[in-house]
Amino acid sequence: MHPVELKDGADLDGFRRALRRLVAGGVEPDDVAWSGGAMPSLFGTCPDGGTAALPADAPPVPLPRLVGALIESVVCHRDPERYALLHRMVWRVVCGERDILDHHADPLVHRLAMLDKAVRRDLHKMHAFLRFRELRGPDGPDGGPGAERYVAWFEPDHFIVEATAPFFVERFESLVWSILTPVGSLHWDRRSLVVGPAAAKPDGLDRDDRFAEGWQRYYESTFNPARVNPVAMRAEMPRKYWANLPEAAAIPGMIRSAPARVQAMIAAEAAAPRHRNPDKAVAAMARQEPATLAELNRVIGRSEPLVPGATRAVLGEGPEGAAIAIVGEQPGDQEDLEGRPFVGPAGQLLTRALEEAGIDRRAAYLTNAVKHFKFVARGKRRLHQSPTAGEVKHYRWWLMKELDFVRPRLVVALGATAALALAGRSVAVLRERGPMGFGDLQGGIRQGFVTVHPSYLLRLPDAAEKENAYAAFVADLRRARGMVDGAAPL
Amino acid sequence: MDDTLLDKLEVLADAAKYDASCASSGAKRRAGGADGLGSTTGAGICHAYTPDGRCVSLLKILLTNYCLYDCAYCINRRSSNVRRARFSVEEVVRLTLGFYKRNCIEGLFLSSGIIRSPDYTMEQMMLVARSLRRDHGFAGYIHLKTIPEASPWLIEQAGLWADRLSINLELASDRSLKAFAPEKDGASIKAVMGQVGERIVEAKEERRRFSPAGQSTQMIVGADESTDLSVLETSDTLYRRYGLRRVYYSAFSPIPEASSVLPLKPPPLQRENRLYQADWLLRYYGFTVEEIAGGGEGGMLDLGIDPKLAWALKNRERFPVDVNRADREMLLRVPGLGARAVDKIVEARRHTTLRLEDVARLSSGLKRARAFLVTADHHPGGLTDRADLRQRLVAPPKQLSLF
Repeated sequence: MHPVELKDGADLDGFRRALRRLVAGGVEPDDVAWSGGAMPSLFGTCPDGGTAALPADAPPVPLPRLVGALIESVVCHRDPERYALLHRMVWRVVCGERDILDHHADPLVHRLAMLDKAVRRDLHKMHAFLRFRELRGPDGPDGGPGAERYVAWFEPDHFIVEATAPFFVERFESLVWSILTPVGSLHWDRRSLVVGPAAAKPDGLDRDDRFAEGWQRYYESTFNPARVNPVAMRAEMPRKYWANLPEAAAIPGMIRSAPARVQAMIAAEAAAPRHRNPDKAVAAMARQEPATLAELNRVIGRSEPLVPGATRAVLGEGPEGAAIAIVGEQPGDQEDLEGRPFVGPAGQLLTRALEEAGIDRRAAYLTNAVKHFKFVARGKRRLHQSPTAGEVKHYRWWLMKELDFVRPRLVVALGATAALALAGRSVAVLRERGPMGFGDLQGGIRQGFVTVHPSYLLRLPDAAEKENAYAAFVADLRRARGMVDGAAPL
Repeated sequence: MDDTLLDKLEVLADAAKYDASCASSGAKRRAGGADGLGSTTGAGICHAYTPDGRCVSLLKILLTNYCLYDCAYCINRRSSNVRRARFSVEEVVRLTLGFYKRNCIEGLFLSSGIIRSPDYTMEQMMLVARSLRRDHGFAGYIHLKTIPEASPWLIEQAGLWADRLSINLELASDRSLKAFAPEKDGASIKAVMGQVGERIVEAKEERRRFSPAGQSTQMIVGADESTDLSVLETSDTLYRRYGLRRVYYSAFSPIPEASSVLPLKPPPLQRENRLYQADWLLRYYGFTVEEIAGGGEGGMLDLGIDPKLAWALKNRERFPVDVNRADREMLLRVPGLGARAVDKIVEARRHTTLRLEDVARLSSGLKRARAFLVTADHHPGGLTDRADLRQRLVAPPKQLSLF
């Protein structure tokens, strides 16, 4: 018989060391007597005694991932038999049953599954029912309030304190806190975790904390007396947890008074309203849509970019009532910094082309389908990224409203993104360039025109091709101008 | 926190409690790190339970219970004489952080009465979420109740900060909605659900963050004359057409300051429970609405037994089912076997022939399942077809004490 004595609590390291040596020595589970620190072994104590005769530098035992995870969980259980059961499982894996955990109906596997479930439930309940209290640290040297510090007292069923640490560290990494329990403690100072010994319930936890009082009142208010069902409550929050849950003190009173509260509600006659009907306010509610272009622009201006990064929303520019509205894709790097549309290289090219086509840029209305710059950072440069179809759709509602206010006779879409936003479908720009009807939100049709985006001209590598394309662009703009000629000053 | 804020909290928690949803699940794992606060674990955590058996996971409050709408079933309708209060954006942020740091909550569930206009109200709610995320690095869960009458851009802005958006349908039929909620409109509610659903799918495809835990809704049960069949048909449509994550059913419950058009009675809790069971069968067990409704009578579910058992009792020719041979779809239809037990059975029977005691280890519902199952050592024989099977399976009525 090999007596193996492990430390009190969840001694995963000790178990692993012993297991390696037992497996290396070929010791069968029936020949081992496991004991945790609290339970003296029947075979007398000798540190590492039973395994002293076994190979000292035993290699790790290769186990399936799920088996390893199960061991880590089950060693936390209070059951004194846990190590022996785990050893049996490992032995069967070593003997070839590598898919042992699929044998859900096997008595050993089932028993271990129950232990695992109990530990995981305990972990979950500790994550859930532990309450921190704020204890202010000593006053600062300037007499101001001390640092925020939180302390909790909890009584878990199993040896899970260390196993809960990752959860609390991740969640409250930016706070200073201690968790005290009868089986160990955790201390976090925003940098490192210290696992300490068992603790006694600290004094002063029931000291004044307005948030704790607020929580109590919240708990009582969120309860609906017409649905009282203490059995369902106790199934999830058994009485054993109530002692450390401050809000639980109110439970008996809440249950007691519930029937009378419901009776009173049902008995009460429907009362006539004490206040007069706010007719004006109700009527005004319907008029929430922006009434002017300036109001709409305020809405756009304070909204958040769909993709984080942009400095600001770049609004449209130009007079309301302009004969031609020109819609681009989205602001670029320079537009984002200056807050005006079409001021970068493509914008300068557009200005030149407009001039050649006989359109005064200042008389036209210029805007973009998408109002925020989107980019990827490459060193110091911000490289433009085209908006996705979903992003275009997100901004479409604003573009439509904007054009409703401007009421141009003709809307010119520059490039595929603008055409998508205006036509509501993807448009093959080079094939479909020319006049096109664009729908509005009211089901009407706007007179439109599709042409290329000036940035397309900038990207063409061949100089001759570039020149031809530019000439075609200017010709398009001239044609567009012809469509509204005589309507308004251009 | 001063006394005024405590009083407001009491009023605005009380006003929010009729919303059944409390889930904090479905968000991707994330953490606020050294400068932020909080984390989401994916699964959600219930931090307490109230004596109504419901979980307290999120700080569920209204921004305000002043409201310009006049929905008959709602305690906060404008004609109600209930106490009113209003939080500032900053106050909601402070409460959320304070409770979160004490490990009382997973995050915030914010809803609101309609003040000034739907847009104004929606923007205030969005600002709470934005402040939590941006000014405080809050990584906990945020659920925003969207206001269907608000402008689309605002609802989309809300989706940038929230984990989940929801829009309450409230009543299953458009007719009831018109009768009891004059300012609401079924078509526009569904239009917004469609819009949000579309945005969620797009954002997922384009790897943007937009309401990553999806959207949900709530229907009140027992306020109008809708049958269970029509409620479930509505849910089925919502799941299929709008990709909703959850439909919550809320038994119409007596409220203080009730309206005269909706007389009060105790809430139909059993009905609510059966609807949830039926909902589960729809989503995870491959049942159709017609099959589920067929288990009851006249479009109403059987209140005495769960809908799966009700279906099985009316379709006994499909049973008994051999646990060692039947396909997964049929095992899922066996009363007493849950989806998890079925998965274990399918895995375990590859290695061994299952006996009754094996099934007992895999499922806690064997008592109900016995009559419908064949194992290596068990056959229900005539039990499956006995006329009194229903009586045998439901808990016997409590013995009266004869004094």
